[in-house]
Amino acid sequence: MKRLIIRKKARKNFITYGVVILSYIVLMAVIGAGSMPSALQGLLVPMCAYIVAALSLNLTVGVLGELSLGHAGFMSVGAFSGATAAMALADSGLPSWGRMILALIVGAVLAAAAGVIVGVPVLRLQGDYLAIVTLAFGEIIKTVVTNLYIGKNPSGLRFGFLNPDIGLGKGGMMLVNGPNGISGIQKISTLTSGFVIIIICLIIIFNLVDSRTGRAIMALRDNRIAAESVGINATKYKLMAFVISAAMAGAAGALYALSQNTVTANKFDFNTSILILVFVVLGGLGNMLGSIVAATVLYILPETWLRQFSDYRMLIYAVVLILMMLVTNSQKVRTLIGKLLPRKKASGKEGAADA
Amino acid sequence: MKKRLFALGLALLMVAACLAACGDSSSSQADQPASTGSSPESTGAAIKIGGTGPLTGGAAIYGNAAKNGAQIAVDEINALGGLQFELRYEDDVHDPEKAVTAYNTLKDWGMQAFLGSVTSKPAVATSTEANNDHIFFLTPSASSTDVLGGVENPLTETVEIPRKDNIFQMCFVDPNQGSASAQYIYDQKLGEKVAVIYKNDDVYSTGIYNSFASKAQELGIQVVSATTFTDDTSTDFSVQIADAKDNGADLVFLPMYYEAASMILIQADSVGYKPQWFGVDGMDGILTLDGFDTSLAEGVMLLTPFNADSDDEATSKFVSTYKEQFGDVPNQFAADAYDCVWSIYNAIKDEEIAADISASDLCDKLIAKFTSADFSYNGLTGENMTWDETGAVSKSPKGMVIQDGVYVGLD
Repeated sequence: MKRLIIRKKARKNFITYGVVILSYIVLMAVIGAGSMPSALQGLLVPMCAYIVAALSLNLTVGVLGELSLGHAGFMSVGAFSGATAAMALADSGLPSWGRMILALIVGAVLAAAAGVIVGVPVLRLQGDYLAIVTLAFGEIIKTVVTNLYIGKNPSGLRFGFLNPDIGLGKGGMMLVNGPNGISGIQKISTLTSGFVIIIICLIIIFNLVDSRTGRAIMALRDNRIAAESVGINATKYKLMAFVISAAMAGAAGALYALSQNTVTANKFDFNTSILILVFVVLGGLGNMLGSIVAATVLYILPETWLRQFSDYRMLIYAVVLILMMLVTNSQKVRTLIGKLLPRKKASGKEGAADA
Repeated sequence: MKKRLFALGLALLMVAACLAACGDSSSSQADQPASTGSSPESTGAAIKIGGTGPLTGGAAIYGNAAKNGAQIAVDEINALGGLQFELRYEDDVHDPEKAVTAYNTLKDWGMQAFLGSVTSKPAVATSTEANNDHIFFLTPSASSTDVLGGVENPLTETVEIPRKDNIFQMCFVDPNQGSASAQYIYDQKLGEKVAVIYKNDDVYSTGIYNSFASKAQELGIQVVSATTFTDDTSTDFSVQIADAKDNGADLVFLPMYYEAASMILIQADSVGYKPQWFGVDGMDGILTLDGFDTSLAEGVMLLTPFNADSDDEATSKFVSTYKEQFGDVPNQFAADAYDCVWSIYNAIKDEEIAADISASDLCDKLIAKFTSADFSYNGLTGENMTWDETGAVSKSPKGMVIQDGVYVGLD
């Protein structure tokens, strides 16, 4: 019976990998054939970044069972540190893919550090405290980055806060310019790199969830008291999941920043955090493929197909959100789909047998 | 296993259908005339002009004003016969990321000349794209120097963003507004002690503040209070107003958009603080704000290139057409966009231009014309406007004061 469960899980993971890889091949073929409109093509790399962000938040919300309302804050840390690293190395002679990988690593490491700082005190608490603190964290990061000045000159990087005069001297260059954010970013992240990062995130998440650690994390989610009674160190495992999630969000932020010309701190506000949470909730908590599909549909839709409705675009978007919520949760619709698909019956029996 | 394959197939189909649907719609949209602004008599043999701006959301008044102003100009030009224009505006919600998508949508539509983005931050992104694609870019109102590129950072004396050679502005750049305001306050002796409230998470507001502060220092204007706010704190100004009041400022400079300025005016009035208020072009629009008591704006001064109450024939014609079609008094953004379309028309009307000219060829022609010494344009927002290689316009600002709920020109 246990083997059956493992095989079932492995197959589900295999389907997720398969969908991602096949979508990538299809997209590359369409781009190669030159039949993709540039509006859609320009959305693909940010879409990958949002998918990675949704996957990372799904790890916190779906697997760990804690609500994070400041995920855009981790993206912001990753975006600004990553883009700064990439721009500081612009003259170093590194190829663009090398700079991009470095930027992603810098973004992920710094976001993980931020995750540790937020997580250590807060994950010891019970209840909704993580949601409140991450909400505040997102706002703090936004304000800090808005007042942050980073420049480079021949002697190295210089940092300043509140005051733009950071003593760069002649020949220096401002990288992060307070409220103006970063402008003049070279777009060095590509669709391929985006898909590679999605696959890496999926590998990390699936292996974590299927490991001893992952089972400990999920046990904590389902019943903290029972889990602690068998000797699971709650803070340690929660922190582990949360920091991995923060690091992925940082990588997503760096990927996003390197796909834009200009990034400002205001981009990563509360609304962005909620947008990512919407991807996760509508895709299904703990369902990685669901997050990917929801992020794709909900990101692409308002920018392309809904444009024909001009002023009513966001109104229709809201209707789409509500419909998705109702349809995916409605027992009636599920039964209806179950009736339409003869195979569904068999799956129900199988599920019962597993339980 | 079969069931899994079936599920896999369904999931793939869904993703593919979604992407394909998106792809189809944007390409098919490209073939049909735009819903938002093609003139009825356009036959398809017209130069396609695009623009992005916030048509929805908090800054929508600017985007819609620019769109309407440009539409009036296009209608007038098409009524002349000869060279025909077709206009399409896309919504960017004042977000650089969405602005790039809007720009790409316009590119798919076959845009040949671009009116840029209406607000600064999105314009920084779209100007880089337009520069890469070599599509002529003339923005009505995005005033940041980062839009043009090629401007030295005064702190480092380096050009951080190289000049984008096909990017031009119809409005003043931010530093010009700040230093012109300081000069005006100094010349007219409007205030002894000056306070500034600015929005420090906004490119436009900080850009003007920085140049105002350095010019004020140069002229010896005493700045007694400089306080800031952000997007999140743009509803409560009690601290900033108290600071200005306690320091005895008799003139308060408000380099910001009108929503925040209206809150400041209301809150200052409630504590009985009545200094001389001085604004910049973002203040334009305060009189048409819903639910705002315009008597509070009485005596507010602002620098703006456009005066809707001017007796000038072109202006009064524009204002009456605008009122007739869209129901309110046009602001400076509408006038700037109107001027943008007309100046592009003036630049190419004497040349043999086929409607199917490529965007890149048109761009070369327009750059050559705009930067040539003998090209100047008289419009609603200035006389004898000229442009040089920097892309900035040269024209002089007009001082305005609000009296009895309308703008009146100062001299």
